Amino acid sequence: MIKDITIGQYFIGNSILHRLDARMKIILTLAFIVSIFICKSFPALALMVVFTFAVVLISKVPVKMVLKSIKPIAIIVAFTSILNIFYVKGGTPLIDWKFIHITSNGVFTALFMAVRIVCLVVISSMLTYTTTPTMLTDAIEKLLSPLKIFKIPVSTLAMMMTLALRFIPTLIDEIDRITNAQKARGANLDDGNFIERIKALVPIIVPLFVSSIRRAYELADAMDCRCYTGGPGRTRMKQMKLHVRDFIALGVVALLIAGIIVLNIYFKAVLVR
Amino acid sequence: MEDKIIIKFDNVSFAYEAGEEDTAATQVVDGFNLCVPEGQFLAVLGHNGCGKSTVAKLINGILVPSSGKVTVDGLDTSDDDRVTDVRRTVGMVFQNPDNQIVATIVEDDVAFGPENLGVPPHEIRKRVDDALKAVGMYKFRGREPHRLSGGQKQRVAIAGIIAMNTKCIVMDEPTAMLDPHGRQEVMDTIQMLNKERGITVILITHYMDEAVKADRVVVMDKGEIVLDGVPRDVFKNVEKLKSLGLDVPQATELAYRLRKAGMDIPDNILDEKECAAAILSALEVK
Repeated sequence: MIKDITIGQYFIGNSILHRLDARMKIILTLAFIVSIFICKSFPALALMVVFTFAVVLISKVPVKMVLKSIKPIAIIVAFTSILNIFYVKGGTPLIDWKFIHITSNGVFTALFMAVRIVCLVVISSMLTYTTTPTMLTDAIEKLLSPLKIFKIPVSTLAMMMTLALRFIPTLIDEIDRITNAQKARGANLDDGNFIERIKALVPIIVPLFVSSIRRAYELADAMDCRCYTGGPGRTRMKQMKLHVRDFIALGVVALLIAGIIVLNIYFKAVLVR
Repeated sequence: MEDKIIIKFDNVSFAYEAGEEDTAATQVVDGFNLCVPEGQFLAVLGHNGCGKSTVAKLINGILVPSSGKVTVDGLDTSDDDRVTDVRRTVGMVFQNPDNQIVATIVEDDVAFGPENLGVPPHEIRKRVDDALKAVGMYKFRGREPHRLSGGQKQRVAIAGIIAMNTKCIVMDEPTAMLDPHGRQEVMDTIQMLNKERGITVILITHYMDEAVKADRVVVMDKGEIVLDGVPRDVFKNVEKLKSLGLDVPQATELAYRLRKAGMDIPDNILDEKECAAAILSALEVK
């Protein structure tokens, strides 16, 4: 059933990664992304890969699911690799035939870049696999709360995100219902060329908009009734607390970055810029 | 004076503002008077467009009377500064459960009201657990609302109001979109709240069998109260109710027809049991 969709790609589990504080996970993910870009030598890259593997293993998310998250970027990886192979010069020439010149540097760079991108995607998808959308929203609200001094309505924005998440399944249901209703009235939604099919969507989108606006009014009344003002003075039931495990995770990532920096100094950089 | 009046309508009129197409403003409620004592279970009946939903929205200040005054626990609902206090006293449950649930997890939704009131976190936790247990949804606390049935969602919405510790709950056709099973769940919850917790309940409905369970029934037509009393007295007026486009409970209807046909049956029958007993005794006399 279309109704049973899970929002986001949360994978239910109880690993230590699932239990880490969402704020810490976001910060560590960002730190990892930065460290990917400072890493320049092969040993440093190897450390990165080992870390990524370790994270996947600890999370207990099936490898198949992780591979699924890499699939959409396979083309980008292939494309950048090919470009790098042909365009990066230097090092020992491997193939030198007519207009094709491939050098060792080119191959190394291509390999390096490909591994980098894959690590990046795997780690960021680990964040969404182990954190529910609700936890992510709450964490983003907390992390952005310093922006309040610039008069940015952070909690209102977070509320909007929560409501959007909340209404996705409801609206999918609604689309289902409208589609059936229009089919029952003889609408032809599945045939015809691209333009015709887009035109056929109009009788679905218009009622969807109308009903969404009506819903919004009712929702606003209901929120009013429950004393939502959007202003200050709101408390939260679920308090985010940092545990020892969060600091351990922080320490691990700090060590990783230190390790990368050290390895960068002692070994030759692959990327010459 | 033995009962404390919690909700009072004092000569209230309300008109929706004129739209672009129909030029005249529509007068929905006119010179409306109603007093609800604390702890009462009041059912408001009326056919569509009789102004019963407007009355509900007037109670907690979503709508403000054009003239007259609505007071809730002594607070005037038209006072902008006190409207939050009014809503702390009166909670409201709407018809469509989908449009009043705000969070992606059941317990987070129930926590929404108390969070808005600034209740301390551990106290919210307690209230949420308590409210979910009261409506029998505790074991669903970690679920996503869109995976629940209509009746379950409506119970979550009710729990959201209970957690705010309101003295009074207004329900605007809470069972209209539910199947019979869901309706029963919600009605059981409503009665429990009224009997066990002493919460004043105002149930707006067009189901007669729900109204029968109330302490008092008010029947509205064209923005006015036409009948007001205990269910037994109100449902005696079978012809009057029918002329207003309303039904009576099935048992009452049967008793009414039998009496018309010449059988000796009292006119205050409300449910099947009473009806059966009355028919039996009428037959035995013969």
